[in-house]
Amino acid sequence: MSTDYQTNEAKSLLRRVLDSDIWYSFKKSKVTMVAAGVALIIFLAALLAPLLAPHNPFDLASLSLMDSLLPPSWTGMGDPRYLLGTDDQGRDVLSTILYGSRISIAVGLASVAFAAVLGITLGLVAGYMGGAVDAVIMRVADVQLSFPAILIALLIDGTISGLTGGVNREETAFTVLVISIGLSFWVQYARTVRSSTLVERDKEYVQAARLIGLHPFLIMLRHVLPNVMGPVLVIATINLALAIITEATLSFLGVGIPSTQPSLGTMIRIGNDFLFSGEWWITLFPGALLAVLVLAVNLLGDWLRDALNPKLR
Amino acid sequence: MIAFVIRRIIQSIIVIMVVGLVAFVMFRFVGDPVNQMVGLETSIADRELLREQLGLNQPLIVQYWHFISNAAQGDFGTSYQYRRPVSEILGERLPATLELALVSAIFAIAAGIPMGVYTALYRDSVLSNIFLTVSLIGISLPSFLVGILLIFIFSVHLQWLPSFGRGEVVDLGWWSTGLLTATGLKAIILPAITLGLFQMTLIMRLVRSEMMEVLRTDFVKFAKARGLKTRVVHFGHALKNTMIPVITITGLQFGSIIAFAIITETVFQWPGSGLLFLQAVQNVDVPIMAAYLLMIAFLFVLINLIVDVLYVVVDPRIRLEGS
Repeated sequence: MSTDYQTNEAKSLLRRVLDSDIWYSFKKSKVTMVAAGVALIIFLAALLAPLLAPHNPFDLASLSLMDSLLPPSWTGMGDPRYLLGTDDQGRDVLSTILYGSRISIAVGLASVAFAAVLGITLGLVAGYMGGAVDAVIMRVADVQLSFPAILIALLIDGTISGLTGGVNREETAFTVLVISIGLSFWVQYARTVRSSTLVERDKEYVQAARLIGLHPFLIMLRHVLPNVMGPVLVIATINLALAIITEATLSFLGVGIPSTQPSLGTMIRIGNDFLFSGEWWITLFPGALLAVLVLAVNLLGDWLRDALNPKLR
Repeated sequence: MIAFVIRRIIQSIIVIMVVGLVAFVMFRFVGDPVNQMVGLETSIADRELLREQLGLNQPLIVQYWHFISNAAQGDFGTSYQYRRPVSEILGERLPATLELALVSAIFAIAAGIPMGVYTALYRDSVLSNIFLTVSLIGISLPSFLVGILLIFIFSVHLQWLPSFGRGEVVDLGWWSTGLLTATGLKAIILPAITLGLFQMTLIMRLVRSEMMEVLRTDFVKFAKARGLKTRVVHFGHALKNTMIPVITITGLQFGSIIAFAIITETVFQWPGSGLLFLQAVQNVDVPIMAAYLLMIAFLFVLINLIVDVLYVVVDPRIRLEGS
């Protein structure tokens, strides 16, 4: 009986998705479908990197300096084992890209999640509480918004490494990056959520919840939050591309992921030193993947924004 | 009008004070200033003496006031790396950054406006589609990747342009310029394009959408009906009316050009303030970080203020809340 109910539920969910306006506009836009396909392939490849990659670039025992700086195999001077060539430590570029995109995407997702949770919380509190709390949070947001995110991320990164004395860089790099990027992107969520919360908090269902004596915290979480989440999804998609770019930029500038387990940005930085001696493959392949990934996510975000915007229908 | 300007100035000062507070907290609590200044063999008593001389044992609010008033007089303390006054080092590096920012802003405007006008006038032409695609890619590509690609094409492959440094510079008293020598001019091309590309696409899209809107208005139709030449209608009537938002956005973007110069300067090893800041972050040279933060904040606030005031001057329809 219960299983029947569940399959019905699942079916109706699928039906609802297939009947929805969003699915219709998705099917209508070829560019979006291509972008979604490309993004999906890159995400899957990153997720399945240990299965797909021909080598394990983090296994130091399997690396040989004899294999370093080999060009891609099709150029004739390369080694058939290394399709896209090797870097200065003899790591297979293809495998390192797969593992690297994994780190880049993980940092991107984690920092978007961090920024979203922080921004949504502060936005909800500011909008629901109003008064001095609202004023303080929003003024901080205003000031922060007038600075480029990359500058703020750099400052936070520098401050954290100053406080920790820069020890255990390899272990803390991921967390430091997520915190730096997350803290530099929360403002947009906070502003959006606050403005929708201001509208929602005076509606009758919130008044009713207040009347039956629910704690403000519960009202915010259970009643207001679900009704202000719509635009957050769009911001999160667009910010994912921005977060991936920011991670790559920080790593490229040498304050992000260290080169022992490189992300895409770190690989580009490593390769940049070899660009002049003709070893272009170390930089250009991760660069190309980064560009394609960001472009695909950006296109998806643009489409989502238009599809969810009732004014454009 | 005056009330509006005064209120905006007060708001700006508050913003600067808040940023100053952040800079001060960094300056005071990230690393111990005393430990950074003395050698390992300095005794504890000497350290305490220095602490007292520096005023580090005073109440925090007093210290903050000293920090702000010193900063207002251009004194940001001594760099941990260089053991020289921060203001001196920043002064040496700033001309390089400002020149780069200026040239890339000019590039962004000079390329962005014609491209925007063209794509608005000939919406479905092949060239318009190329421009739009390029602009989409320009927005999606991280700027350091653009720089690397340009270096790869023009420095490594074609060997036309240098890939790092400023070339020869000419000293004009307190300002050193690379714009007066041939090597300096060649050296600025690639960094300026890298830095200006994003702003160029932004200006192009802005001009395009504004232009398309203006072309539909009655006064443009009337100008056409009067039999004016197309060129006069497009550039004399239509383009002129798209300029206000373009000026605003370009002005506001100038601050972020300077901030984004951090990346470009690193790619091209351009000896400007952005590269200085990045090295300060890597070496936790807090006085330079704090000074740079304050400098950028000051620039942003100043530009915002000017743009706001200009906006009211240029377009009297904007109602002032104060009057």
